[in-house]
Amino acid sequence: MKRMLTVSLLVCVLVALGAGLVLQRTSRADEFTEQDAERWQKEFMVVAQKGRELWVSPKLGTNQVSCAQCHPNGANTHPETYPKFQKQLGRVIGLRDMINWCIMNPMEGKPLKLNDPNMVAIEAYLAYERRGVPLAPGKH
Amino acid sequence: MRHTHMNRRDFLKCAGAVATLPLTTVELAFADADRNFTFAYISDAHIQHIQGTKFVRNWDRGLIRAVAETNLLNPRPDFVVFGGDLAQLGKKEELDHGAEMLSKLNYKMYGVLGEHDYYLDLGEYWSKLYGPHYYSWDHKGVHFITLNSILTYDKWTFERWPSAEQRMNEMAGLDNPNGSPFMVGETQRAWLKKDLAKISQDTPVVLFSHSPIQKIYKGWNFWTEDAEDVQAMLESYKDVTVVYGHVHQIQYNQIGNISFHAVMATAWPWPYPQSYAQAESHLPKLTVPMNRANPFHERDATGWQFIDVNSGRIAMHYNLSDNTNRTVKYNPDIGKPEDSFYQAASRQVAPQQHY
Ligand code: HEC
Ligand SMILES: [Fe+2]
Ligand SMILES: [Fe+2]
Repeated sequence: MKRMLTVSLLVCVLVALGAGLVLQRTSRADEFTEQDAERWQKEFMVVAQKGRELWVSPKLGTNQVSCAQCHPNGANTHPETYPKFQKQLGRVIGLRDMINWCIMNPMEGKPLKLNDPNMVAIEAYLAYERRGVPLAPGKH
Repeated sequence: MRHTHMNRRDFLKCAGAVATLPLTTVELAFADADRNFTFAYISDAHIQHIQGTKFVRNWDRGLIRAVAETNLLNPRPDFVVFGGDLAQLGKKEELDHGAEMLSKLNYKMYGVLGEHDYYLDLGEYWSKLYGPHYYSWDHKGVHFITLNSILTYDKWTFERWPSAEQRMNEMAGLDNPNGSPFMVGETQRAWLKKDLAKISQDTPVVLFSHSPIQKIYKGWNFWTEDAEDVQAMLESYKDVTVVYGHVHQIQYNQIGNISFHAVMATAWPWPYPQSYAQAESHLPKLTVPMNRANPFHERDATGWQFIDVNSGRIAMHYNLSDNTNRTVKYNPDIGKPEDSFYQAASRQVAPQQHY
């Protein structure tokens, strides 16, 4: 019994050491540098910028209309209020559902898949234009 | 319907037919009663070409409806003003298609030039349809002036862009940082000075422009760069009213002796600038906003107006297709325009909160 315990402890230590060695060669889970943070912010901005390009282009619809035509600077999209109840749909929906609703109706376009990179880009752009506004889930 | 009384437009909405209700019960302030008159105002149709003979259905419907409803007005308005942005990208197809719809109006029409009509060919084709870019006329004792307020710096217009199409596209984006602030400009200001010199100080003046002749939010060109210069020229006249389009929303204000009234678009509504979290705007404190639009109702927060002229001032009646109509009227007791129903904070409703 005692011997078994020793062996399994030894195994544990070895495994942990091995994992530590591997991890050390990449990074520690809880550590990142300022350069990392800067790079990640840049990655975000690249996607938000792509969202802005989609925002002002007619590509999302079929009638040459763009989101920016009715929502300058993404105004009146209120991303901080989602998910929320939409009375016309009779249920709580996410921001992406509402983005699709506007694509399909005023822009007469096809809905995007919820994980479409263009969808993420639009969401990133709207969140960026709305930065600083406190979350207000459910607010109408 | 919130109001206890019905005005003509509410009646029209219910009847869906020719209305025969009398004119609003405004006091007759001109000694001579037939100096009280009405005119209609339609604006910002943004007729947008897709390709071939196809145009954006939504914007077409807005203009068709405004024209049809205006034609039902009884008594007849003396004339109609179209407040600019007939086209979306200044194209001949768009101006022709829009002009054809406007030609169904049973009244004389005066045109105001919007930036969407102008920046492709600098208003050349628009002029073929509607004449000079700025002009004035007298009607029943009121001096009317139309300005082209959407000019900008020559450098931007004539030197910056490789093509006319690109210039048009850059100006068409409301929130485009490559745009340029609107202005009336020196030439027209000199003309305006001469034009005003011909009338007496107690002649009521009503001025039409596309952009507000006041500064509200530069980022979206709710702005006229030389607004103060134009205001100064109007300062000494007893009754001055400016009616403008471009902002696609209800706004009203009073600066000195000048009352300002904005009109709705027939095409689509715009957010109030304070809804843009990153910007500071100067929406007149006086303004009780229009209701937030419900996007599930295509025509919500669009509409057209008819205007009563009396006391040398105006009462602006907003005909809102999917909402309670509103009237913003000059109140001589307080010396500024106010909403006939919603002005008091206690009367305001939740959808008028914009954020
Ligand atoms: C014809 C004008 C028009 C166009 C074009 C348009 N929208 Fe909208 N949209 C509206 C209006 C009006 C509202 C309601 C605004 C409000 O709640 O004050 C709205 C609401 C929204 C909302 C929800 C706002 C809220 O408060 O819940 C989102 C999100 C949205 N739009 C996204 C988009 C996107 C994305 C596009 C482009 C694919 C787009 N819209 C194009 C008119 C338009
Ligand atoms: Fe407009
Ligand atoms: Fe405009």
